[in-house]
Amino acid sequence: MSTVSAAVGRGNRGRRSVLTAVTWIVGIGFFFPVLWMAITGFKQEADAYTDPPRLFFKPTLTQFATVFDRGVGPYLANSAFATVVSTLLVVLLATPAAYALSMRPVKKTQDVLFFFISTKMLPVAAVIVPLYVAAKTLSMLDNVWTLIVLYTAMNLPIAVWMMRSFFQEVPGAIVEAAQVDGASLPRTLWQVILPIIAPGLAATALICVIFSWNEFFFAVNLTAARAATVPVFLVGFITSEGQYWAQLSAAATLASLPVIVAGWIAQKQLVRGLSMGAVK
Amino acid sequence: MTATTAPAHAAAPPRREVRSPRREGWARRGPLMPALVFAIIVTQLPFLFTLYYSTQSWNLVRPGSRRFVWLRNYANVFTDSVFRQAAINTIVITVGCVLIAMLLGIVFALLLDRPFRGRGVVRTLLITPFLVMPVAAALLWKTTILDPVFGIVNFVLRPFGVGQVAWVAEHPLGSVIAQLVWQWTPFMMLLILAGLQSQSGEVLEAAQVDGATRWQTFWSITVPHLRRYIELGVLLGAIYVVNTFDAIYMMTQGGPGTASTNLPFYLYQRAFLGFDVGQAAALGVVVVVGTIIVATFALRLIFRTFTMEPNP
Repeated sequence: MSTVSAAVGRGNRGRRSVLTAVTWIVGIGFFFPVLWMAITGFKQEADAYTDPPRLFFKPTLTQFATVFDRGVGPYLANSAFATVVSTLLVVLLATPAAYALSMRPVKKTQDVLFFFISTKMLPVAAVIVPLYVAAKTLSMLDNVWTLIVLYTAMNLPIAVWMMRSFFQEVPGAIVEAAQVDGASLPRTLWQVILPIIAPGLAATALICVIFSWNEFFFAVNLTAARAATVPVFLVGFITSEGQYWAQLSAAATLASLPVIVAGWIAQKQLVRGLSMGAVK
Repeated sequence: MTATTAPAHAAAPPRREVRSPRREGWARRGPLMPALVFAIIVTQLPFLFTLYYSTQSWNLVRPGSRRFVWLRNYANVFTDSVFRQAAINTIVITVGCVLIAMLLGIVFALLLDRPFRGRGVVRTLLITPFLVMPVAAALLWKTTILDPVFGIVNFVLRPFGVGQVAWVAEHPLGSVIAQLVWQWTPFMMLLILAGLQSQSGEVLEAAQVDGATRWQTFWSITVPHLRRYIELGVLLGAIYVVNTFDAIYMMTQGGPGTASTNLPFYLYQRAFLGFDVGQAAALGVVVVVGTIIVATFALRLIFRTFTMEPNP
């Protein structure tokens, strides 16, 4: 009897370690393109074009230096500015709206929520023509503020839904207790509710940062030399990619790094943001 | 106006109290207004202009060419063979990417939903593709990964007798889908993993006590529980993947020919390479109507499954 259960136990353990090995292989396999991008960024061009691909080589920072020489600086600055300002605007607009939609539901709350989500389903390509014409008429082409307005609109529905799900988790008893103690509404909001939803605010901001930083369609169609963002900088490599894989990889690494690091740090909140608060 | 509504309230309350609900109403609606107004102006207004432009013959490189042409732009859209190809490609890319990413996502989530050493690390590795800038990812897939001579994929496949395949040129749609699947699998995996972890341990234990095998438990408890997460993943994934532009722009430019042109890319070509505002606008309206039809079906499907619960 005991030998049987021991055998079963061993069989289970064997099965478990096989599954663990498979999981690790899958994880590393999926991560490999990212790793390869980072590795190639530290190569000399000659090391980037080898058959078989070279895993060991003398690392260099030349490619990163060249990327900065090619003038990635202003692109990074534009991306950072558009991302930070649009995220702030989204938080400023979405937080009161989400509060109104959760704590004190207005009539037709459902309709408003579905209106917000439906704007997300509108294909952006369908409105690019009037946006271009409008920006041209208002002399707002190649202007970072155009991107800021569009990124704010792009992330607003996600933020409203997400923040609403955080507001709904605030225990009503706490709010009532504060009001019984004589705290005014602004004071209740600021001192009682805000600390509770602070992690939610951070998660919402993170999602907005990810989508704004990576956005390409508006950036490539509405900006040129002055207001172009990092993804537009990478377009420059399409034509010259033949000879510059190492440089291209360095640029791609640099462009992706902020969001990768932010995503790693906040991975617990990621799923909630991506599902717009539906999945915790 | 007050005169007509007043009789409706049986015992008319004093005037002050009639007013306060209205003020209350505005206090409730007030915080919502800035976001709502902003969203309407930035997202709905341009679409009205799209509708208007779609009735115009208007090319930006020919100033003064603008005139009203009824629905001719729409007639052109529907007789345009490139449009049909782009619509089919859009469907192939969206369905292919979402289905494959979902299947892989489920498998990966099941693999991760067990305690083992380094689980946090593997999870971190697996979500990273989603965080890579799509433009950067597409550029890298086109070059270092799928290149016929120096690409990683051909190197890995060489022992299996695969020669120097020019993936992007020979299989443009497949290459684009592969790149998108790589980026979207983590998204699906995260949703499904959250679903798996929200299962009640008690129910699973009870099933085991009742003598259900692991396979039975999986099919009759886990799968129905995951259904809502799968639907959510498919719907959200589809919303984003339908709009794919970055991967096509960077990897294939819609080519060779129009082999990998999807609707967003075709619209971009008409608007920004052809400067044909009217035609592009009509295309945009058709795309929106198509999206609304598909989204309505998808939403109805989801609401039906929600109302069907609880399972007998």
